Amino acid sequence: MKMRYLKPHFLLSIMIAFIMSSFSSVAQDDMMDLFEDEKPSTDYTYATFKTTRISLGQSVENPANGNLIFDIQHHFGRLNEGAYEFFGLDQASLRLGLQYGITDWLSIGIGRSSFEKTYDGSVKAKIIRQSKGAVNMPVSISYFGNIGINTLKFTDTTRTNYFSSRMTFVNQLLIARKFSSAISIQLTPTFIHRNLVETIADDNDVWALGAGGRFKLSNRISLNLEYYYVLSKQTAKDFHDSFTVGFDIETGGHVFQLFFTNSRGIVEQHFIPRTTGDWLKGDIHFGFNISRAFVLKKPKEFSN
Amino acid sequence: MKNLIITALIVLIAAFQVNAQKFITKNGKISFYSDGPLEKIEAHNSQVNSALNTETGAIVFKVLMKSFIFEKALMQEHFNENYVESDKFPNATLKGNVVNSSEIDFSQNGTYGATIEGDLTIHGITKKVREEGTFTVSDDGIHGESKFFIKLADYDISIPGAVTGKIAEEIEISVDVNLAPYKKK
Repeated sequence: MKMRYLKPHFLLSIMIAFIMSSFSSVAQDDMMDLFEDEKPSTDYTYATFKTTRISLGQSVENPANGNLIFDIQHHFGRLNEGAYEFFGLDQASLRLGLQYGITDWLSIGIGRSSFEKTYDGSVKAKIIRQSKGAVNMPVSISYFGNIGINTLKFTDTTRTNYFSSRMTFVNQLLIARKFSSAISIQLTPTFIHRNLVETIADDNDVWALGAGGRFKLSNRISLNLEYYYVLSKQTAKDFHDSFTVGFDIETGGHVFQLFFTNSRGIVEQHFIPRTTGDWLKGDIHFGFNISRAFVLKKPKEFSN
Repeated sequence: MKNLIITALIVLIAAFQVNAQKFITKNGKISFYSDGPLEKIEAHNSQVNSALNTETGAIVFKVLMKSFIFEKALMQEHFNENYVESDKFPNATLKGNVVNSSEIDFSQNGTYGATIEGDLTIHGITKKVREEGTFTVSDDGIHGESKFFIKLADYDISIPGAVTGKIAEEIEISVDVNLAPYKKK
């Protein structure tokens, strides 16, 4: 008799126990939901380009905060100079430079090019970062500015020569978008001012528009293209637009950039408005950049 | 009838208790350490989400891969872009249970050994794991600690030939979380 009285309660308890246990098997998913009750976060794009240059010109990337980057940049001579010049390898145009990330968004640089023995000082600032999520921003925008000082001896010492004549100024807005993990594209409107130019007809102010992209071929290798279209009429007439095809190869702490370009100069005030090489005539220079990053300021998680 | 009502009441009260004992953190710490023959690699994440249900023993971890900080920025970039592909798989998760939760009295201060069993998902691959840890209950909350190893190959994280020797096949993972009672807002 007692058995019959207990049965319905027993069944009810079993049912409830099953229901409760099914609650606990979805309990972990419910617990995961506990983390959702916060304001939506913003996902900032990183690594639009592998390094601070696309090939010759600047990319939107800065050296990381506290990182010092040492750059060795090398352009050989022209391939069409033939076997006697060892297809250009006998000649060299060189730049040595340093870049340092002062903060997450601001970096400074110095360097020296063998071309006209030019020293350069520069600054690069991140203005806007590409992001998705709470804030949707389709592009990253940075500013790059530099001052170049030509230190060749003045050829005519009988006239008054001014120090300011040695100076050139570059201003660029770097606007880039990472379309996918394999493709990033950048537009680079550029304004260059030269204090002294060769003739009255030459432009002191040169406007140009650069376009560049990187296309990842594998995890460590990418194909990079860069073209600078000169807008200022006189300069566009007298000189060629700079065009570069390159490969980035990345290892642990180094990025190697190998490229072919028609530009002999390495800094913006040289390769954008003063390129005399014509790709179609074989005025092609092989060149490479090697960058090595040194950590000067460790992230706080490591400073113990 | 009276028995039925009492049973129902006890069951209902027990059902409410399932929801009452949750402990949570959004600043848990997870570090990993790779001891390769050529180089040691270390990274720290201080934004780990973790929750523990002391009644059922259910425990979860949600780890944003981009929040792992490395000493070298380039290494951090490689980690996200090439190894764990954090754009495709932004989070690593553990959904598990403390199998000996019935032996642990989470309301009593003290240190308790625990065994956690569950599904660990990294790089989109889920594997069953069973690891040891310790819970220390104090007036501030529940402190959980654990150290265990995972094999990179288990989660389809491939080490390219160029850097073999720089990265160990087995990675040591350290977990350190301070869980506080969950208050519904």
